Amino acid sequence: MKYAGLLVMPSGFFLTLAALVLFPAPAPRVVFVLCGLAVEALGLVVAVRGHMASRGDTRP
Amino acid sequence: MSESMFALTLALLLLTPLAIAGVALVNTGLGRSRSAAQSLLGSLLIVSVAAIVFAVVGASMAGTSGAALFHVAGKPWNWLGAAPLLLGGFASNPLQVQLGLLFELFAVGMAAMVPWGSGADRWRLMSGAASAAVLSATVFPLMAHWIWGGGWLAQLGVNFALGAGFLDGGGAASVHALGGLSALAVVWIAGPRKGKFPKEGLSTALPGHQAVYVLFGSLLALVGWLGWNLAGAVLWLHAAPASLAVSAINTLLSAAAAGVATFTVTRVRFGKPDASLCANGWLSGLVASSACASLVTPGEALLVGVVAGIATPLLVELFELALSIDDPSGAISVHAAGGLWGLLAVGLFAGQPGQLVAQLVGIAALLGVVLPLVYLLFWLLNRVVPFRVEADGERLGMDLHELGGGAYPEFVIHRDESYR
Repeated sequence: MKYAGLLVMPSGFFLTLAALVLFPAPAPRVVFVLCGLAVEALGLVVAVRGHMASRGDTRP
Repeated sequence: MSESMFALTLALLLLTPLAIAGVALVNTGLGRSRSAAQSLLGSLLIVSVAAIVFAVVGASMAGTSGAALFHVAGKPWNWLGAAPLLLGGFASNPLQVQLGLLFELFAVGMAAMVPWGSGADRWRLMSGAASAAVLSATVFPLMAHWIWGGGWLAQLGVNFALGAGFLDGGGAASVHALGGLSALAVVWIAGPRKGKFPKEGLSTALPGHQAVYVLFGSLLALVGWLGWNLAGAVLWLHAAPASLAVSAINTLLSAAAAGVATFTVTRVRFGKPDASLCANGWLSGLVASSACASLVTPGEALLVGVVAGIATPLLVELFELALSIDDPSGAISVHAAGGLWGLLAVGLFAGQPGQLVAQLVGIAALLGVVLPLVYLLFWLLNRVVPFRVEADGERLGMDLHELGGGAYPEFVIHRDESYR
């Protein structure tokens, strides 16, 4: 699960890059960049939850 | 660059090792007494390895001369420098480029040392040094080139009309956010200290052993940070000498506001102020000021510091109690969160159209490229040079296990109840 989250994060980054190239107008560009950051945040949450789940399994 | 400006910037840069010394002291004080010598020796080793590896390999990729480009939608994407290896031709570079390299040599030491505190009491010296080598040869040069070496982040203003491009005068992104995110990777890979998270109940408090180191280190760091922020303003933001006093004032105000805010938050939450959290709050204000000290007004610097100071103790608590992240030095809250907040604050307060988007794209690069890349590199490194010390080493303490002697040989080290 942690690895899945870490793989999702670069996808968010590529969304922000796509926003720069595809949307010259400021408003859609901002929205798309924010969407990319939201995807990264989602990936981070999944990675953190994956870490918590693995810690729960291995606690002494 | 005039000779007087060169002399001034060089003098400012010579203050920056004090920030490294301050953070090293903070990291040591927040660890246990039985790992104190290993912690400080580790800081020295990491700074040394980082400087050597960066000079040999990293500076080539970070450099401004020569570049690897590719074109997308008619725009050039400058993603990697291609200067000579081993600082070839360094002396013939313009004065500004020479000072920039010196700035980066100190910066890489700080970036590589930040995660060391998060791995305290369980991270082996050899793997700490190896991680410094990896960061100095790969991720730091990449970020330094993107931000300071005319890379694609710096060119966002020219290519996409996003303000002045991604702005980071004092290293909030390439030093502190990079170091803080690397700390998260280290904590995930090395795992928590033994006994930190018992099967039942809340996490065990493992307080630092020397509050005096922690607080003195924080004060010492201020001097180094002043040098860093002012030199960065001259080198990367082309600030005029007349604006440097405001940058210094903003640096101090941000740290002061953050320190007072953390003092207040901990006083309200726990009934008494918490010394180590106050030090972390102060450092968080300094980290946030790295991004914005020369780009905001003193009032805005105060606000940046207050937010950093309120967020730091809450994040430390969140990471430990809710997310099972054992970060003894608080580097993730201080350097990663503080750095990201400072970068965002530049976008909020700098006032140029498109600047906020440029800063958001830079933050996206940190979260979407740096964290996964560092995690992957450290995960691979951990297969070759294991990060975590053996259980017996953790029980004895890193000083005895790795160095054969303690930092305080004339004092009896307390028995740790968690090992009964």
